[in-house]
Amino acid sequence: MDTRFPGFADPVLDAQATFRAVLEAMSRPGRVQRIAPPPEAPPGLSPAAAAVLLTLVDAATPLRLTAGPEAEAWVRFHCGCPLLRDGAAFVLDPAARLLDLDPGTDEEPERGATLILEVASLQESPGWRLTGPGIRDAHDLRVEGAPAGFVAEWSASRARFPRGVDVILCAGARIAALPRSVAIEDG
Amino acid sequence: MTAPESGYNFAYLDESTKRMIRRAILKGVAIPGHQVPFGSREMPLPYGWGTGGIQVTASILGPADVLKVIDQGADDTTNAVSIRAFFRRVAGVATTERTAEATVIQTRHRIPERPLTENQILVYQVPMPEPLFRLEARVAETRRMHALADYGLMHVRLYEDVARHGRIATSYNYPVMVNGRYLMSPSPIPAFDNPKMHRMPALQLFGAGREKRIYAVPPWTEVRSLDFDDHPFRPIRAPQSCALCGSQESYLDEVLTDDRGGRIFVCSDTDWCAERQAAREAAE
Repeated sequence: MDTRFPGFADPVLDAQATFRAVLEAMSRPGRVQRIAPPPEAPPGLSPAAAAVLLTLVDAATPLRLTAGPEAEAWVRFHCGCPLLRDGAAFVLDPAARLLDLDPGTDEEPERGATLILEVASLQESPGWRLTGPGIRDAHDLRVEGAPAGFVAEWSASRARFPRGVDVILCAGARIAALPRSVAIEDG
Repeated sequence: MTAPESGYNFAYLDESTKRMIRRAILKGVAIPGHQVPFGSREMPLPYGWGTGGIQVTASILGPADVLKVIDQGADDTTNAVSIRAFFRRVAGVATTERTAEATVIQTRHRIPERPLTENQILVYQVPMPEPLFRLEARVAETRRMHALADYGLMHVRLYEDVARHGRIATSYNYPVMVNGRYLMSPSPIPAFDNPKMHRMPALQLFGAGREKRIYAVPPWTEVRSLDFDDHPFRPIRAPQSCALCGSQESYLDEVLTDDRGGRIFVCSDTDWCAERQAAREAAE
């Protein structure tokens, strides 16, 4: 259960700065935010994903993680969260499908899972066209390395609103978010 | 920036409480207008004094933020002054009375007159987050009504206003629909302020400490005041102009000046009023 990889250099202020980046990303879907990563992320996690886990995950939030034993030991030590496969509040698993994750209920939609998705790159340029709350007219977001068929799955998932899954996209030290309310058009 | 009080975590709350509140805020933003339950903590001031707003502010605040706190529009009332002093002491953040300079504005029952920008966050103190509670006291039942978007009861209430008074007689805490889905209490702001919530560039967060609920309206989100085609929503404002700055568009407070019926009307937003007076003096 030991890890040689550190958490945040300043646990209080780095978590605050990361949270504000995530809040900004969630409030303005498609806008790419830069986060202050921990000094060294364990193998299998991008600096952004590591920072998001340190900021939001703890003993109260079961995590589904498939990023290798180093990353598992690291989250167990720094976040102290239970690791499990079904019913996790946070999911970091490239094999996870939106429609298989817990969407909450109509009465308690806030119980819907948060999916942390590692992608190759994030850019505010034409690719996906996002509309919905948080967006004045439309935001362009170019995502390299999203799972195949993601946009179609997103539309199916979004039809369940207010139930649904919220996504935090991570690439290097950059993040963008897709709250369940946002509509994605391909192209 | 003053040195923060020692012996407290930054911004008073412990880190696990902040994480819990931050997760609630993120879900609130993802589901605009939906009330997310959270584990409201005891704060060093009683419920009813803005503990919900303070917990939200404490969870988002960073050392680079500039905090403004208003109570009914005023920066200089007890509640506003003590909350500003609280965050100066436990977080060492800079505070301001100028709306334009603030990055986080905590408010009790007003929205500033000056339009807010994308770089600002507005935190509302909410006494009763459930818009339906006077119509349906059972929480299990109101939760179901929100799940089904069954808001007929609220329309009936507004209709009864029309039948009794000839118009919708609600002048504050006027219910709104957020993003066409959730009925939401805007907190007891005057109905005059409701249109400012619609497609506001700033993020709006709501904290109810005693009722243990957090909700949010993301930027640029549609916020409609409930009404009828033949009785459209009308923001109410006293027809006078401000006795101090002459404003004819701001929301006014009526102030008694003596015991013989003397009264004046002044801006409720003290910063707005002071800025207008300063501009007028500079022009003279």
